[in-house]
Amino acid sequence: MVDFAMLGKIILTFAKIDLLSFGGGYVAIPIVEKQVVEINKWMSYAEFSDVLALDEITPGPIAINCATFVGMRMAGLPGAIAATLGNILPSFILALILIKLYEKYHGLSLISGALSGLKCMVVALIASTSISLFKMAVIANNTVNYISIVLFAISLFILRKYKPEPVFVILGCGAVSLLLSFIL
Amino acid sequence: MVIYMEEVSYIKKLGILFITTFSISATTNGGYAIVAAMRGKFVEKYHWMSEDEMLDLMSIGQSSPGPIAVNTSVLAGYKIAGMPGALVTLFGTILPPLTIMTIVTIFYEYISSNEYVKIFMHGMQAGVAAMLVSVTIDLFQKVQKEKSIFNYVLMILAFAYVMLTDLSIAYLAIACAVAGIIKVKVLTKEAK
Repeated sequence: MVDFAMLGKIILTFAKIDLLSFGGGYVAIPIVEKQVVEINKWMSYAEFSDVLALDEITPGPIAINCATFVGMRMAGLPGAIAATLGNILPSFILALILIKLYEKYHGLSLISGALSGLKCMVVALIASTSISLFKMAVIANNTVNYISIVLFAISLFILRKYKPEPVFVILGCGAVSLLLSFIL
Repeated sequence: MVIYMEEVSYIKKLGILFITTFSISATTNGGYAIVAAMRGKFVEKYHWMSEDEMLDLMSIGQSSPGPIAVNTSVLAGYKIAGMPGALVTLFGTILPPLTIMTIVTIFYEYISSNEYVKIFMHGMQAGVAAMLVSVTIDLFQKVQKEKSIFNYVLMILAFAYVMLTDLSIAYLAIACAVAGIIKVKVLTKEAK
């Protein structure tokens, strides 16, 4: 049986996430972190990390993937569909309004200034989410996992130096962890 | 193969729009890659709009909230075939991730109870954290290119806001947007 109150809340939250996702592709990540993981607790940090990893493999923007994931878990297939629709409809309507304004006023010159300010915000937000995810990866039960720190450092080095597809580095970390668990 | 809009029936046009956006969405990963693929199809292959029109759509798509891939495809659909075109491209873009993610979520529940999978997934966390730090550095370098002290100050203030307060980022977004507009106005005045 579908809990309509919960479903409504999920739809509204993802609609809010949609409207706040302003300023570039990665901005959705910290917003989802705050709304879904911290405030509503529909995903744990571990699950959030898993979905970020899956997002590298599956098509689709991160916000849509999170909406589908949360909607599916909380309310089955109707939840997945409803949450996803809730996530894209507000920006759909807004985009069409913007194009009408654009055609009428020939350009949105204020926007480029706004976007340049928002770029700074996005750097700060992503930095903050990186810190949260780093803490989660490296600290478990108040103890520091040194292997995770080493994996993190090596991954970061590889990503910066060789610029591979992140999915390979992420899967590599998983594989190495698994191997080490057999050895140690 | 050029498909001129006048030669194709409206329904067929919608059909091709749907199939094109669906296949791009299903096979391409990443917002900007999807936009580039759409440009390749809509502008270069089918000549359904000009390069300039596509560039306009891309800037509106970036300016509008929401994922750029969805916005740009919806705007392209609207430009090519009006409101029905926008709806068709909307569904073409979201159906692949919706279906695949639903299936993946179901499997996720089943496989996460396996001990080995748990270790593997826990191991991935270090990689995910590294990926996000790398993204932070990339975005920081992009902002750095502007060589503006204003940007550094704004980034530090925004970071302090996020780490030290629990306030909604909507206020931060408005503040940063306004700050950006002011900065551009000041810079253009100085240039004159």
